[in-house]
This record gives sequence, structure tokens and C-alpha cells, in this order.
Amino acid sequence: MSDMTTSMTPGSGGRTEQLLFHESTDHHPANGTLLGFWVYLMSDCLIFACLFAAYGVLGREYAGGPTAQEVLELPAVAVNTTLLLLSSITYGFAVLAMQRNRQNPMLVWLVITGLLGAGFITLELREFAHLISIGAGPQRSAFLSSFFTLVGTHGLHVTCGLIWMVVLITQVLKKGLITANKRRLLCLSMFWHFLDVVWVGVFSFVYLMGVLP
Amino acid sequence: MSAHDELHAHDDGHGHDDDLGIHATLSGYMTGFVLSVILTVIPFWLVMGHVITKSSTAAVIILALAAVQIVVHMIYFLHMNAKSEGGWNMLALVFTIVLVVITLSGSIWIMYHLNSNMMPSMMDPSNLP
Amino acid sequence: MLSHPDLAKLIFGRLTLEALPLHVPIVMWTFVVVALGAIALLGAVTYYKLWGYLWHEWFTSIDHKKIGIMYMILGFVMLLRGFSDAIMMRGQQAVSFGASQGYLPPEHYDQIFTAHGVIMIFFVAMPMVTGLMNFVMPLQIGARDVAFPFLNNFSFWMTVAGAMLVMTSLFVGEFARTGWLAYPPLSDIMSSPDAGVDYYIWALQIAGVGTLLSGINLLVTIVKMRAPGMTLMKMPVFTWTALCTNVLIVAAFPVLTAVLAMLALDRYAGTNFFTTELGGNAMMYVNLIWIWGHPEVYILILPAFGIFSEVTATFSRKPLFGYASMVYATVVITVLSYLVWLHHFFTMGSGASVNSFFGITTMIISIPTGAKIFNWLFTMYRGRVEFELPMMWTVAFMVTFVIGGMTGVLLAVPPADFSLHNSLFLIAHFHNVIIGGVLFGLFAGITYWFPKAFGFRLDPFWGKCSFWLWVSGFYFAFMPLYMLGLMGVTRRLSHFEDSSLQIWFLIAAFGAFLIALGIACNIIQFVVSFKNREALRDVTGDPWGGRTLEWSTSSPPPKYNFAFTPRIHDHDAWWMMKKYHWQRPLSGYLPIHMPHNTGAGFFMAVLSFVLGFAMIWYMWLLAIVAFVALLVVAIGHTFNYDREYYIPADEVGRIEQSRTDLLASHV
Repeated sequence: MSDMTTSMTPGSGGRTEQLLFHESTDHHPANGTLLGFWVYLMSDCLIFACLFAAYGVLGREYAGGPTAQEVLELPAVAVNTTLLLLSSITYGFAVLAMQRNRQNPMLVWLVITGLLGAGFITLELREFAHLISIGAGPQRSAFLSSFFTLVGTHGLHVTCGLIWMVVLITQVLKKGLITANKRRLLCLSMFWHFLDVVWVGVFSFVYLMGVLP
Repeated sequence: MSAHDELHAHDDGHGHDDDLGIHATLSGYMTGFVLSVILTVIPFWLVMGHVITKSSTAAVIILALAAVQIVVHMIYFLHMNAKSEGGWNMLALVFTIVLVVITLSGSIWIMYHLNSNMMPSMMDPSNLP
Repeated sequence: MLSHPDLAKLIFGRLTLEALPLHVPIVMWTFVVVALGAIALLGAVTYYKLWGYLWHEWFTSIDHKKIGIMYMILGFVMLLRGFSDAIMMRGQQAVSFGASQGYLPPEHYDQIFTAHGVIMIFFVAMPMVTGLMNFVMPLQIGARDVAFPFLNNFSFWMTVAGAMLVMTSLFVGEFARTGWLAYPPLSDIMSSPDAGVDYYIWALQIAGVGTLLSGINLLVTIVKMRAPGMTLMKMPVFTWTALCTNVLIVAAFPVLTAVLAMLALDRYAGTNFFTTELGGNAMMYVNLIWIWGHPEVYILILPAFGIFSEVTATFSRKPLFGYASMVYATVVITVLSYLVWLHHFFTMGSGASVNSFFGITTMIISIPTGAKIFNWLFTMYRGRVEFELPMMWTVAFMVTFVIGGMTGVLLAVPPADFSLHNSLFLIAHFHNVIIGGVLFGLFAGITYWFPKAFGFRLDPFWGKCSFWLWVSGFYFAFMPLYMLGLMGVTRRLSHFEDSSLQIWFLIAAFGAFLIALGIACNIIQFVVSFKNREALRDVTGDPWGGRTLEWSTSSPPPKYNFAFTPRIHDHDAWWMMKKYHWQRPLSGYLPIHMPHNTGAGFFMAVLSFVLGFAMIWYMWLLAIVAFVALLVVAIGHTFNYDREYYIPADEVGRIEQSRTDLLASHV
């Protein structure tokens, strides 16, 4: 076996060193999924950055229509924020259960997370429906266009997360907590916490700062 | 829909892959949760209770608290540190934050000057020369 | 049933027979020619029973080398389309003076210049750059494939779906008449109510998904899959530029996605982001799209810089001068490219403070670029320079690009820009850097790596013909535009009154004609090389005396690239292996883990095409069906856990033995 791993002695230089130019054993590069998914989240972050920039520039262009102070209801947002924050910690519990290979508690926490997320979406849809019903739809002014698009894009992401959660629960039930599924759970975990980070930006920049006089 | 399609690479029969590099702890999640609750309640209280009358001061405090809360989420929920993935996670994050800041502040700066130069009537009359 | 108007609207949306260009003879003839060509091609494939081969070996392939080659083919085919647009414009401007209106009506001319820009950037330059990175980079870092092989295939087909949408607009409906960045308010629903801008939006969004995913993929590949020993500062320069380019792709394309989504919302949902009423601000679109647009320029040019670095070092028989400074220059350009976007709209009126900031950052970016030029020059200095074709392209690049760079610095001065913006001077400038930089780089790269991909070199005679025609054609075509721009002639005009300008346009048209001959020589070169492939055969795998790892394996490489993963001690890894007389191991093969082929990416791209087409024509029913189907296929694909297999060791041994025999027979 040793003759196939060619080693050479360099002609120059005082000391003799052995240089191997290839691996004689099976070489596996490290899995890149978690890093790749993180990079994807970073790119997603820039989509939100543009929507935030649009809101930052257009957010006070009321065009004679309703202002942020008139239409944004902070109590509802506080409830929504609570739901999303709770869902973050319940997802954390799911990850802890996964680390201990306890499939059923993990699934229960996942379902709870999903229900909290669904509650968030329901409340957000009610808010949107209410705004549209009082004539403050996205067509009314640049402020409302950028508001609906930014908040709606976040909501769309949460919806994707919910669909993904359902798919993943099915996959865990089918295949168990195998490495591939664990990796998917960690990707969804990053996705879910990332959405909470974006929501921190949304409730601060859009809602709280929007209603300031 | 797409990036999570590729979750399966080289993992059958390789024990070392079972270590996914993230070690979450209950205390970590709880610390993050409590801090987040505090950092969320304060700005809501500031605005809903009309604690600070000056808008600009309130805005700065809200943004500062948001920034701190984002850091809290990054550390306790997203397990961000300088070592995971050989530092590439952190590098990607820092680069992204720089770009987010450039995009946001650059756009607002440019558009503000544009409005003040091209549409002075829309700006506050007291700012005009 | 279809007579019922509501039902017809539900199914066909706003697509009617009117949308087919039955009354425009020039388009009809194009259609007939394209249709006949397509029928001939499909017939030939069927006759030679190639469908199974194409499907199993290419379309569903997740081999990064084959995907890279398919990207290059897509880029070349689209180059023919983009260039036809170019020569039509040159022809129109050469004759449309005074009483003559030329042969293109304005509404047609406007579509042509828009399509030319969109196609050349998104469907020629981008696929070719991505294709080269796909093919070369994993070989250079000693990897067996990319990090996410399925995503690679999917990305490619999404790019094809975008390109197909642009091609469809030629025969069904029309393309945008707005210029390649579709500024509102011209591109909003009031000013462009037809399907043209919608084709633009959906083609770019669909192709953009592919671009973004391939960016993530190649980025993770470089980070995670380098051979043992290859630290960052031992990576080949092309890999470095590929790394920076993919960082830029990942960080810039989301901006394009977001801004086009907002434009689409304005058009489809009646929002007011960029409208002229209810608080909308069209300038915000210009601002945002250039945050993507400027990094995009560097996405294209950085890999070209990488190619020139490899070529210069190889053909000067010297290590690259200033490797570290080359790397730092690349990284600095990557970061700075996000700080200059306003120089594309100095005249918008942001005032002195904003304009000076962006003017200065723009000038700063020329410093690392200049450092690179000096590095290449010093690499050549006292080297044994061999003027093979890739080196000729490199020298032509250095001369041409310096001219383009200097006119760029000129344009970076805001007061000068006020008189030069939107003039033909600008057109000449960016063609100067894109043709002289990106395209010359791609030609250098294609000639350089062609033997690696196919196992035989390209014919040098026809290559040199093409080279001289392209280079001289470029100067004839664009130097007159600098003159015209200085005289104040603006871009995108289809008719001129002042006949004293005509001579310059005639010279430019002559230049375009020379370039057409250059492209013809390219095609002849491919055919001739294929016919003489036995004479041009490369059996060693290292036809140029290369320095980097891709030359250590056979030409074309086996599907697993390297029978044994290489171990790296320095940059110029293969040069070092040669210096130490490395012997190819002839035994001890191990089974190799490789990904399975899959058709899922192809089907998802087809469904995306259908979704895009349905959205363009307001066929809501079809759009919903396509979207749900897309979701089902995507989710279904995640249920496939069995994505890899082992190539048995004896098969690896057989493949390696055949290479040993080939090498022995040609000693």
C-alpha cells in the first residue's frame, strides 16, 4: 500500500521533508447544508433590507390618506409579537428534545410552534382585512403599499415556515430522527428564529416608530 | 422551498456527521427568551404609555433596543458565535449587516437629498434657503 | 364553450390571436426560420435516437462539468440572438438619417435595444460566467462535485426557463420597450400596459432564482469542499474571483428580486411604490435597482480577472506576480462595489454632497483594478511569454480595458457626467469594459479550458481569425460612439436629422459587421476543431503546461474528477506536483461516493416557465395550477432521501486503467 502514496524528497533545502500529494483514504468534505442555508437566510435578509428601505423612504407618504397613527393598532401587534416570541422558545424546546433523540416530545413542541405561528398569521390576516375594509388597502398610498408589502412578505415567510413544518413532521413520522431530518430541523430552526429577528425590525421600525407623532 | 432540498449529502454510514455542530441548552434558550421579553416590553411600554414626548428620542431608544434584541436572538436562538462553521457564519452575518446598513442608510440619505433638491415644496419651508 | 367571454378570459387571460405577430412580416419570417430550425434539430435528435442519451446524460445530469458546458451552450446560443439585435440596431442607425426612416419602426426598435441589453447581461454573460465557474472551480479545488449537486441542475434549468420566456416574447406578444432596466414611470401599467414589461419581470425573476441558488451553491462549495491543505491563500486566483463573485451574487440578486417584485406589485396589484401619484417615487426604483446593478458589473468582470490571471501565469511560465495583492484587490473591489451605485444617476439631483461621495468612491475603485493590471504586466515581464490564443485575448484585454477604465474614471467625475450621461459616450464606455473585459475574458477562458472539457484543443487558425475580427471590429464599432457621445448624441435613438453624423454611424456599422464575421469564425472554429479532433487531441490532460489542479486529471475528466483527493501544499498545486515528479497512483482505488441524476430540477423549471407565462398573460387558472404543481414537485423531491450511490472501486480502476493505456500509447 505504501508505494501508491507517492512521497518525494525535494532537491533543494537542507532538511528532508515528505510531501504527500494525494489522500489514500476516503476523503469526505464536511456537509455544507447548514452553512448554505445560513447564506440563503443572509440573502433573504437583503430582500427585507430593500423592503425596509422602501418603507423608510415612502413610509410617510400618506397622499392625503390614513396615516400610520390612524390605522396601526399597537395592542394587536403586541399580541402578535407575543405569539411569535413564544413560538421561538417552543421551537427551542423542540430542538432540545431532538438533541436528546426524543421524537414524540419533539413533535409535540413542533405542533405547538406551528399552532402559535398559525395564530400569528390569523391575527395578521384579520388586521389586513380590517385595513382594507376601512379603505386603507395597499393601493391607497405609498405608505400603505410599502407597509402591506413589508409586513405581508414577512407573513408569507411565516406561512412557508408553517408548510415546511407540516412537511417535516410527516418526514419525521416516516423516517424517524435520522441525521438528514435532524439537519432539516436545524435549518427550519434557523429559518424560524430568523423570522423572529425580522419581526423585531418590523414591530420597532414600522409599528412603534410609525405611530410616533 | 429550495435551499432545504439539499439536506442529504454524505451521511449514511458516517458517524461523525451525527454531530451537527449546534449544542443548544435550556438555560441558553431561557436566557434569550427572558431578555427578549424585557427588550420587547420596554419599547411597547414607551410608545403605548406615551412615556417620552419627544419623537426623535423615542425613535432612537426603540432602534437601540431593537438592535440589542437582534443581538440577543442571534446569540441565544441562532447560536451565533465566531467559531461555528469555521467563522464563515459570522463573516456572512457581519458582511450582511454592513450591506443592510449601506442599503438602508444610503437609500434614505440619497432620497432625502433628492427630495430636498428637486421637490423643495414638499419639504419643511423653514429648511429652505 | 370558448365563446363564453368569461370562461375564455379565465383560461386565456388577455392572450388573443392579436398577440401573434401575423401582420409583422419581419417577425413572421424570423419565426418561420426559427421554427424550421427547431423542427430540423428535433428531427435530427429523434432520427439519431438521441433523446434518451440527452435526457440521461445531460438534462438530468448533476455533474458540475456537464452543467457548466450546458451553461456555456446556453450563453453562446443567446449570444447569437443578442448579437442579431445589435447588428439590427447598428444597421438602423447607419441608414436612418433625414428623410429615410430606416427599416425598423420605433416601437420595434425600442424592443430590440431592450432585448439586446437584457439578453447580453442576463442570458449571455451571466450563464457563461456561471458556466465557467461551474466547470473549472470544483476541479481547481480538488472537489468531486459542488456542495448541492441537485440545486446546480435546478439553477441551470431556471436560467433556461428565463431565457425561454424572453425568446417567447419574440413570437407571442412583445418585449419591453423600456430599456434594459425598465425604469418607471415608463414601465408602469399606465405607460406600458402590454405584456412586454411582464415578460421582462418574470424572465428575470425566474432566472434570478437560478442565479441566486447557484451563487449559494458555489460559495458553499469553495468554503467547504477544498482539498486538504488548500487554505484560502493557497486557492488559485480564479477560485478566489469565483468566491468573491458568488458573494456578490448572493448579496446583490436579492435586491433585484425585491425591486422587481415591487414593480410587479405596482403593475399587478395597483400599489404605489414607483407610480407618479399617491406618494409613489419612481426615483426609488432607480436607487434600488442600481444597488443591485453596480455589483452586477463586478459579478461579471471578477471571474474574467481570474481567467486572465490563470492565463497570464500559464503562458508566461511564471507564478503570478503579487498573488496576495491580487487577492486583496479582488476583496477590496467586492466590498467597494456596494458603495458606488449612485454614479449611475448623478444627474437625478441628489446634490453636491451625495454626488461627491459617490464620485470619490468610484474613483477609489480604480486603484485595486489598476493594481491588477500591473500584476499581470509584471507577470509577463521577463517571462517566456507564449502567444497562444488565450494569451492573445489577454493582451487585447489589457489594452482595451485600460481605455474603458479611463473613460470610466472620466464618467465618475460628476460635472463631466452631467454632460456625458445617457450619451453614446456612456454606451461606448460600458461596451468597452464589457466586451473588452468580460467577453475577451470568456473567450480566453473558453479557449484555455476547452481541451479540458472535451479532450481536444480548438483550432488555432480560425481562432486567430475570430480574434482579429473581434478586436478590430470592436474598435471600429465603439470608438466612433465615443466621438458621437462627446458631440452630444444621446443613446436609444432610432432616427437622426443631422446627416453630418452619418459617417460615424457607418464606421460603427462596419465594426459590427467585422464582429459578425468574428462570430462566424467562432462557429467555424468549433466545427473545424470537432472534425480535426484526432489531430488536436490532448492525451496528457495538461496541454498548456498548466499550474492548477484541473490539469492534473485527464481531459475530459472522469465523472468523479479525481480518483484520489489531492493534497495541496502551495498555490499552483499542479506545478508543484510536476516539480516533485508526482506519479499517478495505479492501484489502491476506493469506491467513490457520487450523487444520483434527477429530473426534478428540469420539471420544476418547466413548471416555473408555465407559471411565468400564465402570469404574463393573466391566465389565473393556469397560474394557480402551475404554482400548486410546482409546490407539489418541490415538496415531493424532499421526500427522496436516496440521492447518492457508490462508484465501485473496480470501475474506478477500469477508468483509470484506460487513461494509463492512453498515456502509454502516446509517450
